[in-house]
Amino acid sequence: MPKDGGIGASSKRREDVRFLTGAGNYTDDINVNGQTYAWFVRSDVAHGTINSIDTSAAEAMDGVLKVFTAADFESAGGIPCGWQVTDRHGEPMQEPKHPILAEGKVRHVGDPIACVVAETLEQARDAAEAVEIDIDELEPVLDMKAALEDGAPKVHDELTSNLCYDWGFVEENKEAVDEAIKSAAHVVTLELTNNRLVANPMEPRVAVADYSRARDEYTLYTTSQNPHVIRLLMGAFVLSIPEHKLRVVAPDVGGGFGSKIYHYAEEAFVTHASKVVNRPVKWTSTRSEAFISDAHGRDHKTKIELALDENHMFTALRTDTYANMGAYLSTFAPSIPTWLHGTLMAGNYKTPVIYVNVKAVFTNTTPVDAYRGAGRPEATYQLERVIDKAARELGVDPAELRRKNFIKPEEFPYDTPVAVTYDTGNYHATLDKALEMTDYAGFEKRAEESKARGKLRGYGLAHFIEACGIAPSNLVGQLGARAGLYESATVRVNATGGITVMTGSHSHGQGHETSFAQVVADMIGIDEGMIEIEHGDTANTPMGMGTYGSRSIAVGGSAMVRATEKIINKAKKIAAHLMEASESDIELKDGQFSVAGTDKSVAWGDVTLAAYVPHNYPLEEIEPGLEETAFYDPSNFTYPSGAYVCEVEVDPETGKVEVLGFTAADDFGNVINPMIVEGQVHGGVAQGIGQAMLENCVYDENGQLLSASYMDYTMPRADDMPMFDVDHSCQTPCTHNPLGVKGCGEAGAIGSPPAVVNAVIDALHRGGYTNVEHIDMPVTPARVWAAMNS
Amino acid sequence: MKVTMTVNGQTRTGEAEGRTLLSTFLRETLGLTGTHVGCDTSQCGACVVHVNGKDVKSCTMFAAECDGADVATIEGQCAPDGTLNKIQQAFQDYHGLQCGFCTPGMVMSAAALLRDNPTPSEAEIREYLEGNICRCTGYHNIVRAIMAASGQEVPAVAAE
Ligand code: FES
Ligand code: FES
Repeated sequence: MPKDGGIGASSKRREDVRFLTGAGNYTDDINVNGQTYAWFVRSDVAHGTINSIDTSAAEAMDGVLKVFTAADFESAGGIPCGWQVTDRHGEPMQEPKHPILAEGKVRHVGDPIACVVAETLEQARDAAEAVEIDIDELEPVLDMKAALEDGAPKVHDELTSNLCYDWGFVEENKEAVDEAIKSAAHVVTLELTNNRLVANPMEPRVAVADYSRARDEYTLYTTSQNPHVIRLLMGAFVLSIPEHKLRVVAPDVGGGFGSKIYHYAEEAFVTHASKVVNRPVKWTSTRSEAFISDAHGRDHKTKIELALDENHMFTALRTDTYANMGAYLSTFAPSIPTWLHGTLMAGNYKTPVIYVNVKAVFTNTTPVDAYRGAGRPEATYQLERVIDKAARELGVDPAELRRKNFIKPEEFPYDTPVAVTYDTGNYHATLDKALEMTDYAGFEKRAEESKARGKLRGYGLAHFIEACGIAPSNLVGQLGARAGLYESATVRVNATGGITVMTGSHSHGQGHETSFAQVVADMIGIDEGMIEIEHGDTANTPMGMGTYGSRSIAVGGSAMVRATEKIINKAKKIAAHLMEASESDIELKDGQFSVAGTDKSVAWGDVTLAAYVPHNYPLEEIEPGLEETAFYDPSNFTYPSGAYVCEVEVDPETGKVEVLGFTAADDFGNVINPMIVEGQVHGGVAQGIGQAMLENCVYDENGQLLSASYMDYTMPRADDMPMFDVDHSCQTPCTHNPLGVKGCGEAGAIGSPPAVVNAVIDALHRGGYTNVEHIDMPVTPARVWAAMNS
Repeated sequence: MKVTMTVNGQTRTGEAEGRTLLSTFLRETLGLTGTHVGCDTSQCGACVVHVNGKDVKSCTMFAAECDGADVATIEGQCAPDGTLNKIQQAFQDYHGLQCGFCTPGMVMSAAALLRDNPTPSEAEIREYLEGNICRCTGYHNIVRAIMAASGQEVPAVAAE
């Protein structure tokens, strides 16, 4: 029976009303009295030495307040990297400076060199064209392997090479893995590329800074997934502004998908510039600018080897990955190919030994960082592709091969050979569910029907696991994180019983205002409408680490549960006093406090009023007021998993792939709002299918991004997508957070790329194209046709 | 120059340069920030409004071209008391939005579609939305919302 309120109910989203009526408050909707406009002059070459910058003509133009160059930021630090990785030999990664405006050299197309601040946007743009920059072009380095060769041009002259780090994991497993592969009955090898993507949230990035000379305080409005983190990084490391003098506000944000986690140069620029010109400064990215200045995602080249014994049990796994960092280290970049990727290489399987090597490389391209799933999609793609190849080589059913090697439900908690402990899971259940939903048994018949129409039908299966709710702080600290990974929440109860919850989790489409309210309402037993969720403003939450890696409900929600528990405990004390009963006898149900075994009760609102109007109140025992804060630092990641199936038809004449159906059977543990969870899966799957079939960043040999607008970078549109069949009825609740939740935001983007590519390869093999072992994403008609005709 | 247009039933006048886009005029001059700008190549559809009853991308038109025109934006879609119209309500009921940034354009496009074709099929809806990008929803629930708004039965999952 679906619930109509509280945890488990598909409550309609309250935030929708403002979005549907045009009343949202996105950052670009914010205009501050007296604001000026910034326009960046960006490098149009990938690599070059800056000989001179002449700003005089631009400075003289109408409305121009100032033209900034690197010289104006001599006292500022570079944009900091938030994660330090230690390499195989115990050495720290190479960490070049990332200046706000280019110093002496440009390192990728889009690298900001100068910035005009003017009275109007048009004046700033016009003046930007008058900034004269003389650059000596240098040979760019774009290919990761070429970048590591002796004599390759260096992206950063002060570094010893273009290698950021050479990471081995788990180093102690290396020899055992080499041995196991040498002596295995079968070894299956695959080389593949995880294509570079642009996150492309529909709202471009915006930053508006307002410096108050009267109070010596800064306010920055920015499109961010984690305003507190921006405040910390920018205040402490770049501009030396004490945090109490800096307020960062990220109001309604139009999607992020990872690309709005990072601290970007433009944010530091407007903040500093607003003090220099003593006026508010606003910058709004254009879409073309976003393509070359938002951090990109993925971009791995990998060789993976899977060893199996004669019974088809996995015995070892070895992978070698080149991971592109781009020209500078974006905030989380070093952690993606390492800790968020290597630790997931066990997948859902009992592979006894695993060794992962990752070489992170600097190139003259836009910086690369986390994009939906971050590391987990890369791990899953390799693993699920090589397992499919193994099944084909061994002539066994791909579902059976997976099932055989799965960690069994009774084997949890399970320690993987790559340093993590899965708390719960039931991979057999999600696989069975997906096979049932897709009528696996009936596939051969459908394939025959397609054949009769001259089409090749393929069935693609992938299973995935991911680590969500990144944690705990002491562990990630050992792994190189320079920040903690807890979350905080403040629950403020008003005198009349209404509640405002301030959370450090940031909502940019996930519907927190609705689902977080469901949790608090459920705990107290009051109407959801009595609860307001506030987020995205450093002025009202003690601290927040923000929203990414599906941590909002698992970590942020848990902090909120802890704070609400404190509220309930205190409220019970007050209720006990009001009813002259013992505190231990007080029960709370449906918003009523009652004394066990009696008919005495007081309502929630009576207790909250007593807390603020303490006339009959135990002042000597309890303070008035009802407001509590909790910080929650999880003891482990959460491990959602699921089985994804894609069915395609390939047209052998043209190579065109059509997705006929897509099915996801996920285990997210407990689900707070099924409607919202399904929506998250839909969005993730669309991005995953987008990666598999359409999206790609293409650089030419000079380092120009050819796919730099929506005319060249193929975004998935309504016509490219099927209806999705989504299920989350297989639930193994997380054992270490109070809600039993696991996280659902990235699942779709992780599980779907291998499902699509497996389906395409399956279709080709069924059509007799048995020499096609692999096609790199995106599987465009041209690539499929070329593979068939190779 | 001075530009006058009827926006959501009200006469509005403002200054515009020859190069001022309708989207900029609505957002900056008239303060109607519900119309969003998601790209600079007329590809995303976040900026769709109706001009003289036709759905247009307001980033592709100059404000001056709309002098004297009748313009409808997302702000004028709900009733004066705030009650959502049929399409808006269906978007909420069927979870046809997440971050909400594409949503005003989607709602305006859907309104134009349903005016011309009151009971579109799933394929017709997908085809009509060709000029609108949503990065959040995967379109599944947008399609369902538009079917619901047209009074048709809403598929849980489309039959193949
Ligand atoms: S802003 Fe008009 S189509 Fe993108
Ligand atoms: S709801 Fe976010 S882009 Fe459509």
